[in-house]
Amino acid sequence: MSGVRVLVGTRKGAFVLTSDGRRDKWEVSGPYFGGWEIYHLKGSPVDPNRLYASQSTSWYGQLIQRSNDGGTTWEPVGNKFAYDGVPGTHQWYDGTPHPWEFKRVWHLEPSLTDADTVYAGVEDAALFRSTDAGQTWQELAGLRGHGSGPHWQPGAGGMCLHTILLDPANARRIFIAISAAGAFRSDDAGVTWQPINRGLRSQQIPDQDAEVGHCVHRIAMHRLRPSVLFMQKHWDVMRSDDGGDSWQEVSGNLPSDFGFVIDVHAHEPETIFVVPIKSDSEHFPPEGKLRVYRSRTGGNEWEPLTKGLPQSDCYVNVLRDAMAVDSLDQCGVYFGTTGGQVYASADAGDSWAPIVRDLPAVLSVEVQTLQ
Amino acid sequence: MIRVELPAHLRILAHVTGEVQLDVEGQATQRSVLDALEARYPMLRGTLRDHVTEQRRPFVRFFACSEDLSHESPDAPLPEAVASGAEPLLIVGAIAGG
Repeated sequence: MSGVRVLVGTRKGAFVLTSDGRRDKWEVSGPYFGGWEIYHLKGSPVDPNRLYASQSTSWYGQLIQRSNDGGTTWEPVGNKFAYDGVPGTHQWYDGTPHPWEFKRVWHLEPSLTDADTVYAGVEDAALFRSTDAGQTWQELAGLRGHGSGPHWQPGAGGMCLHTILLDPANARRIFIAISAAGAFRSDDAGVTWQPINRGLRSQQIPDQDAEVGHCVHRIAMHRLRPSVLFMQKHWDVMRSDDGGDSWQEVSGNLPSDFGFVIDVHAHEPETIFVVPIKSDSEHFPPEGKLRVYRSRTGGNEWEPLTKGLPQSDCYVNVLRDAMAVDSLDQCGVYFGTTGGQVYASADAGDSWAPIVRDLPAVLSVEVQTLQ
Repeated sequence: MIRVELPAHLRILAHVTGEVQLDVEGQATQRSVLDALEARYPMLRGTLRDHVTEQRRPFVRFFACSEDLSHESPDAPLPEAVASGAEPLLIVGAIAGG
């Protein structure tokens, strides 16, 4: 029978939530790595029992953990992330040059074709790859080296490479996004890169249409239409129909076009989900109402989804890696909050229920659909 | 034989419960002790000092014989009481964060 495994990274450990295909009863296991920040964990599409987790603290630095049994047991693997060559500088918050310094791994993206290959997006922003199941890591240095790196600046959360999208139809194409540099694409398996930010407008930078400097929060794609990208930017929800060559705003009637997460329905490439957040300073839901907004038209026209979600006095945030979908016939949608709730919908967002309410602040949510 | 006490998170990571006892070749220094510690417990590499620069992580402290040795040179001899095993080298996670 089919089932679902939800992988949750939090400020104080990792949790694994499991259910059968009905998704109405859940088992919660964890915490794994209690007391450590788990920015992200994700399973291999090739071998669902192969999981990778990013474990870090300010005290003891970065670890990478690997599981070969679906998260029951873990072993630490390689944690040496050394920038290629002389790292150079990027811009600091005050505009002065600042040396590139490794801080942590924000996102792990297992290969679509090889369980032993996995990509890591790190702070300070760079992309690393391991081809030996996480034992050793090599930087794909063409990204930092393509020319604009010295002009990149950190966002409020640090200068992180937080999004990695692997094109299911073209093994040589990779999309990444950096706060606050923007989106980039490689068409040669990560050797060379180009910024893909045309159409993005950011009032917070001197040149609103600059090639780099945009605070992209998250990008999502549907696996059957990898040239269509959806983006939640610091402000604005955006869409590209040409693999990032150009972007159009599709914020439409959202109550706030600020937010962090964005994801696509597993079976409907034009159905997308966001969680509007009030900003620039508050970073909680508008009016204290936690609402997922769904568009069935690829943007512009949005409907609030509220059934089962708190509609008063709710002041949590939903961070950029904290939403995911399953691929069961009736698409499930999941997201986690900084208040420690993980909400699930087994009907594509029409209704919601918490799987668990009182975890540490949720940093990431990933879903595995198990056959 | 050198005795080393690890902070709780790293004891869990290294799968040890009490003090670690290490044979250290040559003079006992912070560097030689950490080299021996990481050789015995490879999972600790990168957790106490940076992989590349080998600098102590800012929130890691080395105490022994009621003294803070954190700012000593990594190649300075450790106190005789540590070198002889009479006293442990305490590796401490700094109190930070409220």
